[in-house]
Amino acid sequence: MSFDVPDASIFGFLGPNGSGKSTVIRMLCGLLAPTSGEATLEGIDVVRHPDRVKPKIGYMSQQFSLYRDLTVEENLTFYGSVYGLSGERFATRKKAVMDVVGIAGQQSKRAGTLSGGWKQRLALACALIHEPQILFLDEPTAGIDPVARRSLWDLLFDLSAQGTTLFVTTHYMDEAERCTHIGYIYLARLIALGRPAELKARQDVTPPDTRRIELVTDQAPAALRILKGLPGVLSATFFGEALHLLTSESLDPDAIRSALDAAGMGVTNIREMSPNLEDVFVTLTQGLEQTGRA
Amino acid sequence: MLRGLRAVAAKEIIHVRRDPAALAISILLPMVQLTIFGYALDTDVKHIRTAVYDLDHRPASQQFIQRLEATRYYKVVERVNSDQALRQAIVAGRAKVGVKLPPDYSEKLLRGESAQVLMLVDGSDSQVAFKAQTTAVFLATNMAIEKLSARGSVSVPIDVRPRVLFNPDMRSANFFVPGLVGLILQIVTTMLTALSIVREKEQGTLEQLLVTPVDKLALMLGKLAPYAVLGLFETSLVLYLMWAVFGVGINGSLLLLGALVPVFLFAGLGLGLMISTFAQTQAQAFQASFLIILPSVLLSGFVFPRESMPALIYPITTVIPVTYFLEILRGVILRGAGWPELWRQATLLLLLGAGILTIAVARFQKRLG
Repeated sequence: MSFDVPDASIFGFLGPNGSGKSTVIRMLCGLLAPTSGEATLEGIDVVRHPDRVKPKIGYMSQQFSLYRDLTVEENLTFYGSVYGLSGERFATRKKAVMDVVGIAGQQSKRAGTLSGGWKQRLALACALIHEPQILFLDEPTAGIDPVARRSLWDLLFDLSAQGTTLFVTTHYMDEAERCTHIGYIYLARLIALGRPAELKARQDVTPPDTRRIELVTDQAPAALRILKGLPGVLSATFFGEALHLLTSESLDPDAIRSALDAAGMGVTNIREMSPNLEDVFVTLTQGLEQTGRA
Repeated sequence: MLRGLRAVAAKEIIHVRRDPAALAISILLPMVQLTIFGYALDTDVKHIRTAVYDLDHRPASQQFIQRLEATRYYKVVERVNSDQALRQAIVAGRAKVGVKLPPDYSEKLLRGESAQVLMLVDGSDSQVAFKAQTTAVFLATNMAIEKLSARGSVSVPIDVRPRVLFNPDMRSANFFVPGLVGLILQIVTTMLTALSIVREKEQGTLEQLLVTPVDKLALMLGKLAPYAVLGLFETSLVLYLMWAVFGVGINGSLLLLGALVPVFLFAGLGLGLMISTFAQTQAQAFQASFLIILPSVLLSGFVFPRESMPALIYPITTVIPVTYFLEILRGVILRGAGWPELWRQATLLLLLGAGILTIAVARFQKRLG
């Protein structure tokens, strides 16, 4: 795989479990030596000079990996001094990161006693203490509640606005939609790369002679069975109360409506839609699985 | 150079302080060991329970029994009236030794003939059996010489007069307590360092740390330093208690001892570091530590003399750091030995420690990528 991440972008790195996301991050952080290939961060060769890259990057791992028996302040102090901060500069930075993540007032709590959301904020604070140009976040929101998730993303947007490049892995599609750029890997191969809008417009996601339709009906499960048997329907799947269809261009939406009407099912709404990111990834992955099997 | 050394060491000290249970155990453990090895583990065999089957019943036979008891190695607990009862007393465990004096014991002595005494020894406890055998033979020889001398017929051709140096009372505490210093240091350095490093692996904090520009050597030294200090503190504590409680003072140079303790520390820390490169979890590190500590206790000469070990096992004892440290400890503390007597052990310990530490550091650095 080969890709560039623009400065100050939010690069979403996606892919199924075991596809190699964490491995790529670990190689980029200099934790793991690649068997071949090269990577440069801020113009520095990661493979040859991992030690020169390290002061420029921050890393927040999937599991909480700060010292649980140390207080919030002690953790910050420790990482500050490991990055060589001291005196006034350290005091300024400590205050700055604590303000950014809003953890002031909890300095003397042991890190292990914090709730999931606060742990992530502390981890973020520690990863930011030395003002890294690039921040790697490996599933930063796994296992925390939606409110904490939202506020963490607000923090990430602020950082990005200030010029920090963010490299984020996630399984949440709504988080992927928030990224400025996306890379999708499958079986350790990069199969999609670009801005979300570019990915949705890809021809192999919605081929020229097909269209995507969203359909709302009061009996979705029964309707799904009928639609799957209808000629011209290429794929059909649930999406909340609605059904998402990929049909061939020749199939008239009115024909679908009348087919369901005939079965006694009312169609509340039917409209043509553009694919969301989930559609993009599922289509691309299935396409690869089929060619793999063929 | 050594970026982050102070930060890591300071953090490590907080860890030790925040875990009072572990700290208490590492301080209490030496106390418990000191008590066990100093008081309870007395290998001196005394007052062996003895059953007597006396068929003679005259003053001469009574005298033999009295002399037996006077050695304080024997204590008559039972008198029996048949061979079978004598044997049964040993089988039932009431007695460890059975003494049978034949009916003609006194007569033979009077006639100047050789009087025989049968001694049954319970061999299931080899220490007791050995002691019973040697003291009984020794006593009989002594009594025989007395009898011969009384007749004015002989002077003893070879007269051995043993004098025990350094530990005249032959108290086992004097033997065990100095060795304990080595054992405690080994436990503190090897086990605690291994656990503290593997804990960082287990909790993922090591990975977080490796993303920072911390120097790898500094990381390692910073983690080892607090345990080295703790080890030195416990050494002083045990040496003090050895003198205050057991009255075993340091006969040799405290300076020499103080200089050689750190040499041993390197070996112990190296072993801990080595374990941490293999173990992935704290449970594994704990088990691996025992794998090292057990031979250190049993094969180093701490309890059993190395000289009596089989030829197959003996080479193992030469690669255990405690082996040399024990010889140094006992030499300095008990015999007042100095550098001229101990340079060999000190050099071997230094080489062994340097070897272990080099391999461990190399493995550690490689593991960290």
